[in-house]
Amino acid sequence: MRVNYKNKDFWSGVMLLVIGGGAAYIARGYPMGTVLRMGSGYFPTILSGILALFGVALILRSMRTTESIEGGWSARGLIILPIAFALFGFLLDRAGFVPAILVLVIGAASAGPEFKVLEALGLALFMAALGVAVFIYGLGLPYQFVVWPPNFGF
Amino acid sequence: MDILNNLIMGFGVAVTLQNLLYCFIGVLVGTLIGVLPGIGPLGTIAMLLPITFNVPPVAALIMLAGIYYGAQYGGSTTAILVNLPGETSSVVTCIDGYQMARRGRAGPALAIAAIGSFIAGTFGTLMIAVAGPPLAEFALKFGAPEYFSLMLMSLVAAAVLSQGDMLKSIAMVVLGLLLGIVGTDVNTGTQRYSFDIAELSDGLGFIVLAVGIFAIGEIIANLDDKQERSVVTEQIKNLFPSWADLKISFGPIMRGTAIGSFFGVLPGTGPAVAAFAAYMLEKKIAKNPDEFGKGAIQGVAAPESANNADAQCKFIPMLTLGLPASGVMALMLGALTMQGIQPGPEVMTQRPELFWGLIASMWIGNAMLVILNLPLIGLWVKLLTVPYRLLFPAIMAFSAIGVYSVNNSAFEIYLTALFGVLGFIWSRLGFNMTPMLLGFVLGPMMEEHLRRAMLMSRADPTVFVTRPLSLVFIIATVLILLVVLLPAFRKNRSELTAG
Repeated sequence: MRVNYKNKDFWSGVMLLVIGGGAAYIARGYPMGTVLRMGSGYFPTILSGILALFGVALILRSMRTTESIEGGWSARGLIILPIAFALFGFLLDRAGFVPAILVLVIGAASAGPEFKVLEALGLALFMAALGVAVFIYGLGLPYQFVVWPPNFGF
Repeated sequence: MDILNNLIMGFGVAVTLQNLLYCFIGVLVGTLIGVLPGIGPLGTIAMLLPITFNVPPVAALIMLAGIYYGAQYGGSTTAILVNLPGETSSVVTCIDGYQMARRGRAGPALAIAAIGSFIAGTFGTLMIAVAGPPLAEFALKFGAPEYFSLMLMSLVAAAVLSQGDMLKSIAMVVLGLLLGIVGTDVNTGTQRYSFDIAELSDGLGFIVLAVGIFAIGEIIANLDDKQERSVVTEQIKNLFPSWADLKISFGPIMRGTAIGSFFGVLPGTGPAVAAFAAYMLEKKIAKNPDEFGKGAIQGVAAPESANNADAQCKFIPMLTLGLPASGVMALMLGALTMQGIQPGPEVMTQRPELFWGLIASMWIGNAMLVILNLPLIGLWVKLLTVPYRLLFPAIMAFSAIGVYSVNNSAFEIYLTALFGVLGFIWSRLGFNMTPMLLGFVLGPMMEEHLRRAMLMSRADPTVFVTRPLSLVFIIATVLILLVVLLPAFRKNRSELTAG
């Protein structure tokens, strides 16, 4: 029998089993209580048990299904986009609103196909201006434009 | 007439300058994202939810609703002109709409789509007004066991009727329920799954989850699926359909509206299912079935009416029972909760201006959309030429500002990024995210109702089947599960959800 390393059901099952098992393991620490007075562990334990069961069912089903995981897994989108997004949160109160937006927009754009530096820079400046106008002046969100010198707390 | 008085009151709320403005912004944004493939109402509403924080509840709801049904109108434009569904709901419209456009009848196709949508929207709005109050009154009698069974039924129905693998959809519901209980347990004060992180003690942010999965995760997936988009910008001449067009479309519009309204109240079925059912019916009863697929105007009128009626009627369970019948409705519930309004049948009696104002605004919004879509069609066509490489960084920026502004928390931004990655992986593994969102919204309520039901019945689990109403819901749940196991249904389901 040839083993399909990209079997969709198998990896789905593994994922559910890991989440369900992990959640059940953590829930051991919560009081179960009784059926009459359910403790905080009751509902999560049931749910994570069901989730793990679904995981087992999917792994069993994967023995006779052949569907593979499709679509690209390009590292660019999967790594650069979340990092650019997270950097926004990191930079906002350390370096200010404008640098945070610039980094996010240019960073995100660089993950896309046909990345053009100047175009991305223009878009970033436009988004920063729009953001300042709409969110800081318009909605009155209390963010500093630029924090100088940046405070990275080292 | 009670309804009449209430509707007048609702229009009074809806026509205030502020609410008209938010309604207009909503339908404008809705049309915009409807026209653009690659951004759906789910992602957009998730992204804009935090902004509605600063707006009164009625205005917030009016705007979000406008985005939702506005997207249905916009989606059909792209379907007809570019043969690409701007929204999943307009998949069926592509078939005959694009053929009409190729034959030089893009104008009548767009017009009949807008007219059909408007009639369906009007009817759907009326349905909410008529069916809402008695349903809410009925629901006031529900106790904890009834609520638990009802939620169980709607979650099972949502998982079964939604697109994709059934087993995986039910698993996603359970995962959603589990994510929903992260944070401090209201009954005992225990911290659950919060890993000693202060930000998690209030629970996992609704916006964090929704933006992560439906905005960021979606973008990651879109970047990997390279899609070609060729825009057909033919000159649109002669917008108005002929008298013969109108006459032949009348029946399909009416039947499409009826079908859409029926599917609308079912949890889990997206508007695409209603549109497909309406299309198949017209094809079956038409005098000219051969015309279908080659530019039959009925093939545009019926599905467009059906998807809009469906979109409107999805509000019924949300507004009267506090139950989300779709992902967008789950977001609406989230918006209500964020505004400090506990969704449920009490909303109608305690906040009548919210219910009736929203209904009135939806009718006004539908009228705005007809005006917005037909004369301004050239503008929307131009929009289609904006490349995705400019759009997605802008979406990310709006999402980031939105998430951050809720709690001014960098941690929630990190968490959103994490859910973006998870959402991408889950969708690649073939999981449908909507059932998870429904589970997430209902999780804490379900646990609470289960606890109360057990307390009042003195730990007797038969309480769910000895109370007649609860029994009805349980029987319905079992029936739904039994029906889907029938081979005939499985075949039909895969046909229906394949599109």
